[in-house]
Amino acid sequence: MLTEENLKKVDELRKRYPKSQAALLPVLWIAQEQEGWISEDMMRHIGTMLNLPFGHVLGVVTFYTMYNSAPKGKYHIEICTNVSCMLRGSDKILEAVEHRCGAKPGQTSADGKWSVSEVECMGACGGAPMLAIGEEYYENLTPDKTERLLESLK
Amino acid sequence: MERYILPEIPDYHKLEVYEQHGGYAALKKALGMKPEEVTDEVKKSNLRGRGGACFPTGLKWTFMPKQTTKPKYLCVNGDESEPGTFKDRQIFEFNPHLLIEGTAIACCAMGITTAYIYIRGEYGKWIKMLQKALDDAYVKGYVGENILGSGFSTNIYLHKGAGAYICGEESALMNSIEGQRGYPRVRPPFPAQNGVWGCPTTINNVETISNVPLIINRGWEWYSKIGSPKHPGPILVGVSGHVNKPGVYEVATGELLTDLIYRYAGGIPGDTKIKALIPGGSSTMILRGDALEGVRMDAESLKAAGSSVGTAGMIVMDENTDLIRVITRIAKFYYHESCGQCTPCREGTGWLWKILKRFETGDGQTSDIDLLMDIANNIEGNTICALGDAAAWPVQSMIRRFRDEFEKRVSKTPNGSPEPSDRNRHAEKTATVSL
Ligand SMILES: Cc1cc2nc3c(=O)[nH]c(=O)nc-3n(C[C@H](O)[C@H](O)[C@H](O)COP(=O)(O)O)c2cc1C
Ligand code: SF4
Ligand code: FES
Repeated sequence: MLTEENLKKVDELRKRYPKSQAALLPVLWIAQEQEGWISEDMMRHIGTMLNLPFGHVLGVVTFYTMYNSAPKGKYHIEICTNVSCMLRGSDKILEAVEHRCGAKPGQTSADGKWSVSEVECMGACGGAPMLAIGEEYYENLTPDKTERLLESLK
Repeated sequence: MERYILPEIPDYHKLEVYEQHGGYAALKKALGMKPEEVTDEVKKSNLRGRGGACFPTGLKWTFMPKQTTKPKYLCVNGDESEPGTFKDRQIFEFNPHLLIEGTAIACCAMGITTAYIYIRGEYGKWIKMLQKALDDAYVKGYVGENILGSGFSTNIYLHKGAGAYICGEESALMNSIEGQRGYPRVRPPFPAQNGVWGCPTTINNVETISNVPLIINRGWEWYSKIGSPKHPGPILVGVSGHVNKPGVYEVATGELLTDLIYRYAGGIPGDTKIKALIPGGSSTMILRGDALEGVRMDAESLKAAGSSVGTAGMIVMDENTDLIRVITRIAKFYYHESCGQCTPCREGTGWLWKILKRFETGDGQTSDIDLLMDIANNIEGNTICALGDAAAWPVQSMIRRFRDEFEKRVSKTPNGSPEPSDRNRHAEKTATVSL
């Protein structure tokens, strides 16, 4: 469950909104940063904390694509395949990632190191094709650069 | 043109540098004015929203009730998820204080004491940059209690999204701030009467708000003379796709599209011709490459050309582009992002994608072209929010302007491929058309 330190953060967050239920999205972010994903137990814990039914929390977690309701690999690779990236060869980047990681979009590699997702426009169209790992954006990629990037991640 | 939103000054994101160049002077000035005077200034400047609809900003502000017992809210829209759009991110990174100053001035004009800046979750890194700037602004008393001793107080909070294009739609955004799923709301009531927590709310785009300090600093007359009179000001244009120098370019509105492509973005690789252009993000109507001469980046000119400014995110496609693949990818996007509340959007976006995939593999039927048009027409105007229209427009314009591309992909076998899924199509068709 949330650490003492994170519980303090939650108390701060509540003050930002006239109704504490509104703190749900940021609190879910805190939980995901702490655990890497959001378990059903965590959803119940947060629901109790913010006075929200479990169903509401679950509904929110599943509505937003960035909340993980199952654990992800050590590195979560998100490849944009929307138009601007597609026009500049994102399919080749996706291929390189699939090949190197041994996982297709929606999958996690057998060794648990990589999760691969195909995502919609990431707001980096000027640096297309691109991928993101966590908060880091890697832009102007080539299959070669992608290989080298993945190689460098231990 | 001189750059105002993204000036070429090193370390401009730092508070001291921003202050050295006159930063927060507009806020001081606004605090000394009557709130109506601030709104009036913005109204006269003719600033129009940069979030997609070009709505007059000053006019929007006047919709906020003056007499109310409820708290009022400002939501600054930095969801930036429209494919082809990557401009607000530049503001978070290179000029965060302009956005914060604009937000504080907007609050001052409308008597708002709480503002939320909603930023897409994928921008975690940029949220931290903006948060740093915001913390600095709090310390200096530009935000918070009794701003600069004026007696006026307002808080600004960042609210991080979590991956949902629909949350950029203003009513879905409000639900998302309330901690709900991002479902758009039926209007009326409009946000100015009944917004977040049922209170009067104004929603403006990040770039729109970043124009406000310029107007207050130098006056509406100065501002209204930049670019096109009916849609003036500096504008951030994103150019992506088949150009030599993709990027965000700050220009005055009214810049020629061809200048943006050739002068700013360095032209087309291999000097090939432009086949097609999406002028303002994937929701705007696609234009033919041979119809760009004289078209300008402003609301009037793009409307006359049969499209719109949208988010000014231009996607350039050279003559070798497979447009069917492009439109199929766009259709997939809207299908994926539809929230599912309205039948025409939920079902229609799925059908558009499904039928377009048949063209992509060369399995289309001539009658499918009209069917696509029918489905798109059925979605347009029949939904709770404008995502439905946004899904329909690219398909309609693609068929209208590039019908031959579809015809080339019609199956040579008269009845299409013999797969069972295809044999079921008739039943499916009737279902769709009766939407
Ligand atoms: C599906 C959909 C997505 C939208 N996404 C955004 C967005 O990411 N950012 C934005 O500023 N406006 C977006 N809008 C437009 C907003 O609803 C709203 O009109 C805008 O934020 C108002 O700001 P403005 O008047 O300053 O342009 C979207 C609209 C729709 C229908
Ligand atoms: S038009 Fe689409 S996205 Fe908008 S409310 Fe209806 S179903 Fe949801
Ligand atoms: S299309 Fe890939 S980042 Fe925008």
